Amino acid sequence: MTEALLKVENLRIELTTRAGVAPVIDNLSFELGHGENISFVGESGCGKSMTALAIMGLLPEGVGRVASGRILFEGEDLTAASDSRLRDIRGNEISMIFQEPMTSLNPVYTVGEQIAEVLRAHQGLSARAARDMAADLLDAVRIPNARARAGDYPFQMSGGQRQRVMIAMALACRPKILIADEPTTALDVTVQAQIFDLLRDLRRDTGTSIILITHDMGAVAEMAERMIVMYAGRNAEIGPVEQIIDHPRHPYTKGLISCVPHIMATLTEDRPDLTEVPGIVPGLREFGQDRCLFASRCAYRTEQCLRQRPPAMAFDNGQLADCWHAETL
Amino acid sequence: MSEPVTLPEEAPEQARHPFTEAWEMFRRNHAALVALVLLVLICVLAVIGPVLYGRDPYDMVWAPFTRPGENWDFILGTDYLGRDLLAMIISGARVSIIIGLSAAFVSIFIGVTVGALAGFYRGWVEEALMRFTEFFQVLPTLLFSMVIVALFGASLPMITFAIGVVSWTAVARITRAEFLRIRELEYVTASRASGARNAKLMFRVILPNALPPIIVQSALMVGSAILFEAGLSFLGLTDPNVVSWGQIIGSNRTYFLDASFTVTIPGVAIFVTVLCISLVGDGLNDALNPKLRAR
Repeated sequence: MTEALLKVENLRIELTTRAGVAPVIDNLSFELGHGENISFVGESGCGKSMTALAIMGLLPEGVGRVASGRILFEGEDLTAASDSRLRDIRGNEISMIFQEPMTSLNPVYTVGEQIAEVLRAHQGLSARAARDMAADLLDAVRIPNARARAGDYPFQMSGGQRQRVMIAMALACRPKILIADEPTTALDVTVQAQIFDLLRDLRRDTGTSIILITHDMGAVAEMAERMIVMYAGRNAEIGPVEQIIDHPRHPYTKGLISCVPHIMATLTEDRPDLTEVPGIVPGLREFGQDRCLFASRCAYRTEQCLRQRPPAMAFDNGQLADCWHAETL
Repeated sequence: MSEPVTLPEEAPEQARHPFTEAWEMFRRNHAALVALVLLVLICVLAVIGPVLYGRDPYDMVWAPFTRPGENWDFILGTDYLGRDLLAMIISGARVSIIIGLSAAFVSIFIGVTVGALAGFYRGWVEEALMRFTEFFQVLPTLLFSMVIVALFGASLPMITFAIGVVSWTAVARITRAEFLRIRELEYVTASRASGARNAKLMFRVILPNALPPIIVQSALMVGSAILFEAGLSFLGLTDPNVVSWGQIIGSNRTYFLDASFTVTIPGVAIFVTVLCISLVGDGLNDALNPKLRAR
């Protein structure tokens, strides 16, 4: 494998809360290649968004910090980079789109101005050139009549259109990595498909690597080459999407996949009942304990799971699962 | 076969420009609308009045204490030195309004800067700045501004400064509160994620969104600055070379029992102007405060 574009090594992020210090990300490692799409899945509160914010250097100030580990972007350690260096990278080489398109755009500026602003800050374009390019970008994200719509304020646009604007803004400087934090959670199902189509096409055209954070297993299957299943701040399973969906090695992944009806069953065959993963994600205060954090919800748990944190089990096909029973599953 | 066409997507129907919406709300407040018209008239009078009327407010033109209506050349009568009251009111309007506006500007400038820094940076910056603000808040305002004017001289800029310096605390607190609320919103994180620096986040991203309550407060501040100036000049702390409404009252106050009109007329001028400003401020509050939108 060639030198990875982004390499996260043994990342540990600690969050200081009233109850004490909790590791919201505990020993996470992964790599992202050029033009690759990797997906993070997992329930809310598993540290997916925290990982994204850590890469951007936007952990909540005074609350979250990188305790150990490195985030290497083209060989440069972002956890040690200066603020001004990070500002240069943000929006220019690594950019991000957010969950809530309704509130992610500044209500007092037109969408064209907001896109142009990014271009002027990072590419040093003149006001006029930036405005022209903003319109081109809106056109590229398939907003009809882009030149006129560039003068619209966010409130004049629908949720799907706003998310397109966000994508246009994120891709304005042709970043090497695009982090999409649940980009479609707040949108209608029909619009969701359009946004995913758009992301896929843009990726093909620009060669941008994408880190997609999502709940949607269907989207993962469609969009990504590799996936990382996270649970309680830890890696549960990582590997090629097809392999994992085909044969999950971690009971949590198994549970997540069986929650999705259309991957498992076809309409004609016998359909298994929709299942759920019983229980909820443990509270922050339990994070970091030396045991399998999923054990309380797991049907396969044994004594060992409660005593010791499972190590990563590697498989020949590139799958890596943090479970004591990975081999027998 | 003809080419397939893409239909333009319709914007959601309820979407209207925020300015349009604000104006609609303002218009519903009839008192504010009337006050706005009056205020515009007062400002026009202040600007072109001296030219139109053309009588020097310092000239002793007629017998002192001519009552209003006694002599139609001097509709509002004359003061204790026989100066034309109407000329004084007109030229005083200019001074009062200028002081009101610039004192409000000074206090907004200080208040927004302090509030923005405190609300944006949090931590010890906020602690220090808010303690500083509280220190100013507990000072007796009139006394403090009197001390400033008495120490540094009663020139117009110094009076403006004195008024501004004692009245910025409310703006600072409002600005800080808005910053605390807005800094956590997603579009601020989004701007940060696109590489914006702190100064830009503060003044180009957050501040424009924090403006509505600041605007309302500023409008009220102009009114209170005019009152403040009147208070100071009533006490004689004023530039003797310029006529202001407060100064007319102050210089005629000894004759209040014999010629009450010399005090009443500038008093009415102050009253009407400040009332109009308050009503307009109230209307702006209706227009800009989202909590009142539902009515």
